[in-house]
Amino acid sequence: MSGTTARETPGTGTQERGLGGRLLDSLVRVREVSVFIVLVGLALYFQAANSAFLSEQNILSLARFAVPYVVIAAALCMLLICGEIDLSVGQSFAFAPIVMYLAYDRLFLYLPLAVLVGLLAVALVGLVNGLITVYLGVSSLITTLGMFFLLAGLNVTLTGGFPATTPDTNYVTQILGEYAWSGTIWALVIVAVLQLVLSRTRWGLHTYATGGNPLGSREAGVSIARIKIGNFMLCGVLGGFVGIIESFRISSIDPLAGGPDIVLLCIAAAVIGGTALLGGVGTVTGAFLGALVLTILRNGFTLQGISAYTYNIILGVAILIAMILNVYVARLRGAGRT
Amino acid sequence: MENGNTNGSEFLRVEGVVKNFGAISVLKGVDMYVKKGEVLGLIGDNGAGKSTLLKTITGFHRPDGGRILIEGDEVNLRSVSQARSLGIETVYQDLALVNELSVFHNMFLNSEMTVGPFLNNRKMKEHTQRYLQDMGVRIPSIDTEVARLSGGQRQAIAVARAVYSDAKMLLLDEPLAAMGAKEGALILDLIQRLKDERGIPMILIVHNYAQVFDVCDRVNLLRNGRIEYDKPVAETSVEELTELVVSEYRKARETGSG
Repeated sequence: MSGTTARETPGTGTQERGLGGRLLDSLVRVREVSVFIVLVGLALYFQAANSAFLSEQNILSLARFAVPYVVIAAALCMLLICGEIDLSVGQSFAFAPIVMYLAYDRLFLYLPLAVLVGLLAVALVGLVNGLITVYLGVSSLITTLGMFFLLAGLNVTLTGGFPATTPDTNYVTQILGEYAWSGTIWALVIVAVLQLVLSRTRWGLHTYATGGNPLGSREAGVSIARIKIGNFMLCGVLGGFVGIIESFRISSIDPLAGGPDIVLLCIAAAVIGGTALLGGVGTVTGAFLGALVLTILRNGFTLQGISAYTYNIILGVAILIAMILNVYVARLRGAGRT
Repeated sequence: MENGNTNGSEFLRVEGVVKNFGAISVLKGVDMYVKKGEVLGLIGDNGAGKSTLLKTITGFHRPDGGRILIEGDEVNLRSVSQARSLGIETVYQDLALVNELSVFHNMFLNSEMTVGPFLNNRKMKEHTQRYLQDMGVRIPSIDTEVARLSGGQRQAIAVARAVYSDAKMLLLDEPLAAMGAKEGALILDLIQRLKDERGIPMILIVHNYAQVFDVCDRVNLLRNGRIEYDKPVAETSVEELTELVVSEYRKARETGSG
């Protein structure tokens, strides 16, 4: 603004970047960078172990396999930052395509409309999760645990327990996952948009504020109920959307697609990427990198013929290291206070 | 029947305000007023309801009875945002700062400057920098996370934030709690300047009565859910105020042991 320069007096110190602040910033940055380095290291290692790893074929399969994990981890990350969690998002992942299929097959809706109905259904799931958590004061861990089983049951009931085949190919199904790279493109766009929302909009700032200091945010007039409910809905919708994409990719709507594995892996991805389970800290980029690490680990081990059991052991160790790092960084932050 | 319009020099009038939390009645009919340009010190025992009273005036709690008038007009405060839009700003005991966010994001929390859908960080930084300099608040950098600042610096930022958006009235809940003498003096100085230079009426919740005499014009004691004592600071003393609260304590002990 005009007049700023005239008023600035040298030596007030507000101009310079404090050393402490820079150090802290770099620690947060280091988290993303270190996950990225791990990622590159893993890729190099697997490539050295098996030259098929970086083949075009395998890169495509990696890219396609990562899509659900990347999208759900990114969406969960927003919810975790505002201090809540959604254990039911994996079931939303299975639920949305089922609702879409029923709307298409039984109600004879035009496919894009059926997709919309599927997404509305999971938006409603998110809304219910949010309302119960925010207004009835039930911990989101419990709310969404209940919702997990409720949806698991619904998914099987609605389909009779058998997988269904996705609607015949047309340009809509191509866009929604049948085209080889469409899922990957969707995932990258979603990650980019979410990161932009998180770091550049009021919604993102209030998401951090809500998780960092809920009472203080309320006192400042931030509607933390709106932020939380909105992020629950966002998580449900994105989980459901990527479920639809995944079902078109494999041309099958599976009522059992939403087991506990997917949500636990996505929480792990977010945590490895530096998201604090207690809220206030994290980035979508970090969750994205975390999801890639998990995908590469699984894919690399599969190529090497290492069993899924070993994968779980490594994954467990990776989560523990990530959590210890989180605590360590939090302690360093605390030490910065005088 | 008293009419709020009769006294033009009054900024705030609270009439018979009642607030219950379930079966517990915290405010049982509070009457108080603050004149324009006046700093009112609010004292009372722990749990007397001082913070509750403040949070009722600021729209955080809704009163169960009574009315609140601002410049003679009755207001029905439904939210903190609504109170803020009327120019009532608050610095809470916990400061309502978000440790994880930078100084300038905290300065503009919930009144962010935007370009289209995006935050205008550059403009918010410029304003914060200029504003803190004007107020004489010194911090290492406005990009610093609030977690890294001292108690006094955090308090100063909370006060600066409260008066930033043309506050017409400022409510401060124990602004000097948990603060060293040097930092406390800094905040008192800031409050004094806001009073002298901007004439902003304030309600100050204080525990240390000596501090009341530094900046307050009048002092009210909240006890048993009502204002039981109201005197200009010039007509009272630290000893008198201390005795007021201590006598209550003595009475409580006697009834407790008897």
